Amino acid sequence: MSELHDTSYEPGLLAEGTFDPGERPAGIKRIPRGVEHLATEHLVVNVGPQHPSTHGVLRLVLELDGETIVNAEIVIGYLHRGIEKLGEHRRYHQLGTLMDRGDYMSGIHGELAAAMAVEQLMETEVPAKAQWLRTLMSEINRIASHMVWFGTFGLDCGAMGQFLYAMRDREALIDVLEAVTGQRMMFNYVRPGGVLADLTPEMESAIRTFLRTIDGYLDEHDALLGGNEILQMRVKGIGTLDRETAVAFGLTGANLRGSGVGYDVRRDRPYAAYPELEFDVPVGSTGDAWDRYTVRMGEMRQAVRMIRQCIDGIPEGDIMAKVPKVLRPPAGESYACVESSRGELGVHLVSDGSDMPYRFRYRPPSLYSLQALEEILPGRMFADAIMLIGSIDIVLGEIDR
Amino acid sequence: MALDRITGEHSVAFVRSEQLFDWARRNSLWYLAFGIACCAIEGLMSASGPRFDFDRMGVFFRASPRQADVMIVAGTVNHKMAETVLRLYEQMPEPKWVVAMGACASTGGPFRSYPNVVLGVDKIVPVDVYIPGCPPRPESVQYGFIQLQEKIKRQAEERNAARRDRDR
Repeated sequence: MSELHDTSYEPGLLAEGTFDPGERPAGIKRIPRGVEHLATEHLVVNVGPQHPSTHGVLRLVLELDGETIVNAEIVIGYLHRGIEKLGEHRRYHQLGTLMDRGDYMSGIHGELAAAMAVEQLMETEVPAKAQWLRTLMSEINRIASHMVWFGTFGLDCGAMGQFLYAMRDREALIDVLEAVTGQRMMFNYVRPGGVLADLTPEMESAIRTFLRTIDGYLDEHDALLGGNEILQMRVKGIGTLDRETAVAFGLTGANLRGSGVGYDVRRDRPYAAYPELEFDVPVGSTGDAWDRYTVRMGEMRQAVRMIRQCIDGIPEGDIMAKVPKVLRPPAGESYACVESSRGELGVHLVSDGSDMPYRFRYRPPSLYSLQALEEILPGRMFADAIMLIGSIDIVLGEIDR
Repeated sequence: MALDRITGEHSVAFVRSEQLFDWARRNSLWYLAFGIACCAIEGLMSASGPRFDFDRMGVFFRASPRQADVMIVAGTVNHKMAETVLRLYEQMPEPKWVVAMGACASTGGPFRSYPNVVLGVDKIVPVDVYIPGCPPRPESVQYGFIQLQEKIKRQAEERNAARRDRDR
């Protein structure tokens, strides 16, 4: 080896006693000993809370060795606004308002979980039509939420165009939701005992119009992003979570199903009108970012299938059970969970017989997904960090609560 | 001031450089891509999407505060976040404006009874435009930006009038 390539230190440096190799100076992890041990000082990089790709106000502290992540620490709490505590000072009817602002991408699911928990306490029988409407709205909201994930996931990978297509299709869904519920995001549609409003014939035809185009749109999206070789090379085999790790972290939803565990609340703990619907649960195999992508795309197609069955199968009847204006459930506990766009969203209520819950606990699926991020980041390149945050699809509103 | 009023019929106009800058500033309000909570989906993502198309107003997002003119505070600011909001505001170059979007950024909104929540972002940074709603529709955000443009225009005219009085 020529002198030019000999990167070992001059022996004189150590012999003179300027520093002792046994004692590491502060900031230097390893002392270079030659090419094979050539190491650089680790760099600590702060990402967020203001970062366009952290999906809100997530903060990451990454320790980098060159461009490789050695260690990742997640800092949360930048959106903590006391949803659980405020819920203990709200009447049971008002819980849906808070749940909307928890997971703000899929508000219907949060409302549904809260309403179901209250109904369990009250032992209310919900009319069949209300159950079907709940299912229909849940699935429309699921596609709207996945559209945002799809658009931002592309942005995180460096693709810009399909974000605009995703937002275009999301507007069509939001139009339907707005026509039925009156709001674009904070629906407050599912109430304890039933739902707020019925479908009018115009809304039904709006949904049918939308159903005519959505299949083609989904194919287009999949071809545009998933069919792109650059994206496939960036996500395949990256961020792998095996079955055991996924279960150990308590993951649910598409992140768990991507790892090959076919747990879906809609099928395994059925609620609303899901027992009467036919649908498949897409399951991945290896648990990498590509599997999570394909599972979510499959979920959108299944949601379209369910919307078709719902719109044809809605029975006649009431949309609201007879419930008092002020709910005073008997003392007791209840837990209700739904399959939100991000996983198992649960609400645990403890009632002491008054008009407000004694304890209101909100199980956010994103919090568990986020913990898995600390597991999959080390060893990856820095550029993959942003893509992996996108691939686990988190909403900070429900993580910090 | 429209461009034809500057150029006139002879295609040559004598304006103060400041007037020209004010005209340019209010038609290229670049906002900081800084979504805190729910409002970010409506105000930053839907509004810049294909239907509402913020770009046609010259409103476009920048990822760094050092390149931004406007900060849209879209969401609840709590005490942990307040420090960051202030630091981002201080990093933005002058002239700069702040839009408080939604009930939370204006007053604390539905979460104002929780002690961790800042009761309106105007407790931390000066706010130019408040947009009501929970969340405001994208159209509301665009209306808010039109109001901001009017405000910049008014401020520029007042400044010019004050200078004329002084020079006289």
